[in-house]
Amino acid sequence: MNRRTLMATAALGLGLAFGGGGAHAAGMDKVKACFVYVGPVGDGGWTYQHEQGRVALAAAFGDKVDATTYQENVPEGADAERVLTQMALSGCNIIFTTSFGYMDATNAVAGKFPNVMFEHATGYKRDHSNVSSYNGRFYEGRAVQGTIAGRMTKTNKIGYIASFPIPEVIMGINSYYHHAKLVNPAVELSVVWAFTWFDPAKEADAAKAMIEQGVDVIAAHTDSTAPLAEAAKTPGVIGFGQASDMSTYAPSPRVSSIIDNWAPYYIKRVGQLLDGTYAQADAWEGIAGGEVEIGAITDAVPAEVKAEAEAMRDAIGAGTYHPFTGPINKQDGSVWLAEGQTAPDGDLLGMGFYIEGITGDIPK
Amino acid sequence: MDLGGINPAVLVASLMVASVPIMLAAIGELVVEKAGVLNLGVEGMMIMGAICGFITAVTTGSPLLGFIGGALGAAVLSLVFAVLTQVLLANQVATGLALTLFGLGLSSLMGQGYVGIKPPLTGQVNFGPLADIPVLGKVLFQHDPMVYLAIGIVAAVWAVLRFTRIGLILRAVGENHDAAHALGYKVTRIRILAILFGGAMAGLGGAYLSLIRVPQWTDGITAGAGWIALAIVVFASWRPWRVLIGAYLFGGISVLQLNLQVANVPIPPEYLSMSPYLITILVLVIMSSGKGRGALNAPAALGQNFHASR
Repeated sequence: MNRRTLMATAALGLGLAFGGGGAHAAGMDKVKACFVYVGPVGDGGWTYQHEQGRVALAAAFGDKVDATTYQENVPEGADAERVLTQMALSGCNIIFTTSFGYMDATNAVAGKFPNVMFEHATGYKRDHSNVSSYNGRFYEGRAVQGTIAGRMTKTNKIGYIASFPIPEVIMGINSYYHHAKLVNPAVELSVVWAFTWFDPAKEADAAKAMIEQGVDVIAAHTDSTAPLAEAAKTPGVIGFGQASDMSTYAPSPRVSSIIDNWAPYYIKRVGQLLDGTYAQADAWEGIAGGEVEIGAITDAVPAEVKAEAEAMRDAIGAGTYHPFTGPINKQDGSVWLAEGQTAPDGDLLGMGFYIEGITGDIPK
Repeated sequence: MDLGGINPAVLVASLMVASVPIMLAAIGELVVEKAGVLNLGVEGMMIMGAICGFITAVTTGSPLLGFIGGALGAAVLSLVFAVLTQVLLANQVATGLALTLFGLGLSSLMGQGYVGIKPPLTGQVNFGPLADIPVLGKVLFQHDPMVYLAIGIVAAVWAVLRFTRIGLILRAVGENHDAAHALGYKVTRIRILAILFGGAMAGLGGAYLSLIRVPQWTDGITAGAGWIALAIVVFASWRPWRVLIGAYLFGGISVLQLNLQVANVPIPPEYLSMSPYLITILVLVIMSSGKGRGALNAPAALGQNFHASR
């Protein structure tokens, strides 16, 4: 079964997931929280933000929480299972596994340690009652970026460096393009598939290829700051920080960013474990929950565009606007969302199509 | 010719830049292998060059010193390989692989405090009016100095291997170390020097990544470029000018596939991504089936350890 059908199944199973949970234990005096990272904490993006969450967790509870245990660069696969087993044996009460590829390992180990809570980021499998999953609604941030991109582009060409053709990324592309198009009907989108989460040289080359062909606003869905470093070489080209604020490149080319802020979730979950209200969950929070933050919009953006982008951010945060509100057609022209209809979560989690106006095909 | 918005002159110009790191690392490895040593640690040496070059450039503010620092750092790492394989006679394949793992880890440790810093910028070489020639100016005369230096090094390696006594001795050591030893050449010493040269070149390539091409430091910045360099040496059948062609081909295809995607040309990117490796296999098959000179042209003593007592 390929990843897409897996995701689609997951989307169907979403509603069922909350059933079996039930509260665990009746509160604890001291919690040991452990973290598994896919990359180095110094990657400046994805893993760095999880590490910031861990640090915030340790600071929030003081002596009541021991959050000193983490392991970097854990490969997705058999090694992850070994690391998780080791952590469970060493007295961790709750273990956060922070990459999609740990999903099976997390569930396998969770079955053997029913008294240890497992929290898996960006996955959908919750085979045991002690496995929860959590993710961020990053497409909400893409809506803000798309608005800025549509207003700021002078060539009417905007770009998106994509990693892998999974719903998470396709959602981001669609949201980015949709909102650029809303404010600038002439806008064209170029998508480059890098087929990697992290390869600075390739990411820089992708940005360079876009710039050479006239693209002047670049969004990236890969983990390094290389696209911004490349954009910095050409005056007039702007981009966005991804996963982390990347403020070293402000005020330009980095004009804003999507920040994955995991700290509130980590603090909430460990707090629940301490006071005994912890239950299995499938969390998917966005701007409203504070998990997705929009990094400061710099002065390289005109005041009225900045105000418009911030208004959108606030509307999404307040729940008055959904980034996927109809009318939106699929790429082939068929109707996806009718006038005023908003996208159900199931459609988003299994998303495998471009919306109307995007050229090119999603790689298989 | 205009391929849906792709300007060929710009494409060639950017492939020349994209191929510099792998070209430098490959030409260094070619010299090492010509001396009969198989060093699979190119990736590790490149990334050591990337971080050492970055640290030097950031601390001194000079890109030139950065490149020198990168070359030195990687050469020091290659010295570890030299001692293990040439003095202690460890297995070259295993040691090379270990060197890659060690280099990746050590560079990550050294780079802890250097994430998110911008290095000093390296300017273009100023060719004056030459740079303004249409098409040709963009392709040939608007690059940073390393692009020209890399081509110069390839030319120098070719000339030294082909026309000089040093080149002859180096090749003799790589083809038959016992015979070279019998003639009185210091096999171990020559090989250690070749390994150091290979390390320095890989270091230059790595420093190019962190100082010019990306330019910043992040863990794992080389992302497999060292392995591509190793493939290029085989692809080039141990001939310097073919290393240049191989590097342009490998670098060119990676640039081309990104450009085609931007231009929305409907060729699946996967095919282009794998094409350099397909071509390498194809070249290997054709060369090894040929009746021509020495078939593959691999140095005869490649990967064999030498001890004077044998």
